[in-house]
Amino acid sequence: MTTETAAPVIQVEGLVKKFGSLRALDGLDLEVAPGEVHGFLGPNGSGKSTTIRVLLGLLRKDAGTVRMLDGDPWRDAARLHRRLAYVPGDVSLWPNLTGGEAIDLLGRLRGGLDNRRRQELLERFELDPTKRGRSYSKGNRQKVALVAALASDVELLLLDEPTSGLDPLMEGVFTEYVDTFRDRGGTVLLSSHILAEVEKLCERVSIIRAGRIVESGTLADLRHLTRTSIDAELAGPPDGLARLAGVHDLDVQGNRVRFDVETDVLDEAIGALHRIGLRTLVSQPPTLEELFLRHYGDVVADVPAEAEHP
Amino acid sequence: MTGVGILLRSHLRRDRWIILWWCLGGVLLYWSQAVSIEGLYATQAEFDQAAAAMDDNAAFIAMAGPARALDTVGGQVAWQATAFGAVVAGLMSMFLIGRHSRAEEESGRDELVRSAAIDRRAPVSAALIVALVANLLLGVLVTLSLLTVRSEDAVLKGLPLPVADSIGIGLGLTACGWVFSGVALVAAQLTQSTRAMYGLAGSVIGVAYGLRAVGDVGNEALSWLSPIGWYQAMHPYSGLRWWPALLMIAAACLTAAAAFAVFGRRDIGSGLLADRPGPAEAGSGLRSGLGLAWRLQRGSVYGWSAGLFLTGLSYGSIGDSVEDLVGDSEFAEAFGAGVTDSLVEGFYAVAIVQLALIACGFAISSTLRPRAEEDAGHSEVLLATGLSRRSWLAGHVLVTVAGTAALLTLGGLGLGIGYAATTGDSGAVLRYLGPVLPYLAPVLVLSAVARLLYGLWPRALVAAWLPLVLAVVVLIFGDVLQLPEWLQALSPFEHLALVPAEDFEVAPVVAVALLATLLSVGGQIAFRRRDIG
Ligand SMILES: Nc1ncnc2c1ncn2[C@@H]1O[C@H](COP(=O)(O)OP(=O)(O)OP(=O)(O)O)[C@@H](O)[C@H]1O
Ligand SMILES: [Mg+2]
Repeated sequence: MTTETAAPVIQVEGLVKKFGSLRALDGLDLEVAPGEVHGFLGPNGSGKSTTIRVLLGLLRKDAGTVRMLDGDPWRDAARLHRRLAYVPGDVSLWPNLTGGEAIDLLGRLRGGLDNRRRQELLERFELDPTKRGRSYSKGNRQKVALVAALASDVELLLLDEPTSGLDPLMEGVFTEYVDTFRDRGGTVLLSSHILAEVEKLCERVSIIRAGRIVESGTLADLRHLTRTSIDAELAGPPDGLARLAGVHDLDVQGNRVRFDVETDVLDEAIGALHRIGLRTLVSQPPTLEELFLRHYGDVVADVPAEAEHP
Repeated sequence: MTGVGILLRSHLRRDRWIILWWCLGGVLLYWSQAVSIEGLYATQAEFDQAAAAMDDNAAFIAMAGPARALDTVGGQVAWQATAFGAVVAGLMSMFLIGRHSRAEEESGRDELVRSAAIDRRAPVSAALIVALVANLLLGVLVTLSLLTVRSEDAVLKGLPLPVADSIGIGLGLTACGWVFSGVALVAAQLTQSTRAMYGLAGSVIGVAYGLRAVGDVGNEALSWLSPIGWYQAMHPYSGLRWWPALLMIAAACLTAAAAFAVFGRRDIGSGLLADRPGPAEAGSGLRSGLGLAWRLQRGSVYGWSAGLFLTGLSYGSIGDSVEDLVGDSEFAEAFGAGVTDSLVEGFYAVAIVQLALIACGFAISSTLRPRAEEDAGHSEVLLATGLSRRSWLAGHVLVTVAGTAALLTLGGLGLGIGYAATTGDSGAVLRYLGPVLPYLAPVLVLSAVARLLYGLWPRALVAAWLPLVLAVVVLIFGDVLQLPEWLQALSPFEHLALVPAEDFEVAPVVAVALLATLLSVGGQIAFRRRDIG
């Protein structure tokens, strides 16, 4: 599906990570191209954080190959880390260090902060850097890590549910900064449960389930795999629709018809309706939500066959 | 008040073991004094001689309290146990109240409880009652334990212990604990975090102890500013008087009332004293793994250093009157047996090992600090920066090693200075500092065992304390229990010469130091190969 020619920033093939008998990652493939914001989605416990921890060299892989920024995340950890910033979903701060001290410490250990941007981020996020770590709220702890990451001069951001606990206003600020970061040529791997955020920021997404990638592609590609729902009133009884491949959940009541149709036969289905004569037509565009729910839920069988092995 | 009963029952169920352990510790403190004095002196004449030596030792008085009737068993118990007993009661009250008030609020669990249909003041009241009950239990158990001290053929004065005084010493302890409960409850209202609350309540206990120390040695009026001074002013076993107990009960009521008044005026989750704002930017020290490790551990290095120095000082201030204190009873013979003819040198050789064992407390807990950092999720964020695993851990290792060295040096200095001040023999400072330093090696062996565990099996880290337990048991009971040779040899402390009682030997020190290095390096390498978290 990828069209980029530049070497990927993150390239993972057949990654396996076991915790005792549990295969948290079970042959995971993931590719993130330079300059893209890559959404990383999946239900709780599917292995997103584990993947990111392997990428950070915090966990040792059991099998597979992992390359990041042209290095081995395990062997070259410290060298690679100077070129990236990481924000976990649940930031815990040192109780007796102030937020400002934590920001500076993390920034310095990464090889320096942009002081002007640090100041600007503090203002935009409305964060008081003189408070002690123990007295920050959940959202404010998150902001400390975000400021430290976004004020660093790095090429890659690894963000693991970075906005958990942020209010919508602050989430907006975050989105804005990630946008600018990308415009400057940066690459982002963003794990998130907030679909609106993913839809706004990401060009491409990978969906992980039980330690494997079940879907990967651009948002347009993914939309293509979903179904549009149609609700129409016709001039006569709708015959022959059921024979069309790609039409599901057909519900006919007199001249009224409701069904879901796969995107590639949408044209054909509308054509059929048109031939009978359309009175009213309501069509629901496929939502990401629908797609995710299908992958998140237990009924994998419902997923179109060609999408299961991208 | 709706809800107090329910909360109280749940607290007491959760706390029953904690309270029992605290009480057991307090009881041991009193009871063991009574019993050990009986075993220490064979005749009243010996006892009189020891009492005379203690009577005018300012260091002892500062540590324990006013010297009264020291030639009686009861007088000795009151002298040696009350100050520390009061501190135990104070700390117990502080932890119990902190646990059920400030810590609950900080964690947000309190909000859940409050959302149930209970009175606004119920959680605070329940916390206070838990502390009051615990202190009552402590006092009653102390009294009961002292009443059991009977002796068929009592040679020493003051046995059996008078009943009224035994009740007085126990209930005085309870009342003193109640004062500190009130203080802790006030502290819980003023501060915003559990740490700050412990800091505030702990310093009140510390100041109470210090005021009476200064007061007992010099200006007596200062002792009257301290609840511990009030407790000792009850004069158990030396002309018991009850009215200072009323003073303590009044103070407990006042502080508790003050706490409730403050509680009524503040928001849940906040304190009256907000956390002071800190620096908005990091100082230049905070730019490396070592800088952070020092910042995180320096408080504990300072605290332990002060503790070791004072312990050394108090050992040293016994000076050459060791013989008078210990007498030449059977105990003294056992104490010096097999070590040396000179009791003084034997005493200090063992005192030095004891200092080293205390230093192990710091060394091991400091070695475990990285695990706490890892558990809290701090190391994950740090190791995702340019900080390598090697330098992160090395920073902590350096703090542990340098901190332990500083601790031992200060302990040795304290010992030497105390001795020199008491005897006027200024050469003693170096004479006693020197033999302390080689013990860095065995202390670091215990630390390195902990590090190896940390690298290999971080989940089994409690086991890191076992070698210290072994070393203590071997030192104190090794000969008495006739532990097998090989078991005693497992303690690295057993391999060093007991200077100044024996001549210094280099080889064992080098061997033990080498072992420490190997284990530590092994632990660090293992850490670099395992998963974080
Ligand atoms: N250190 C560990 N030890 C044992 N099992 C672990 C460990 N870390 C993660 N797991 C398990 O691995 C699986 C993947 O967990 P992971 O944290 O990667 O999920 P996630 O996709 O990030 O979930 P969430 O959306 O809830 O953050 C889970 O079943 C989890 O219980
Ligand atoms: Mg996760």
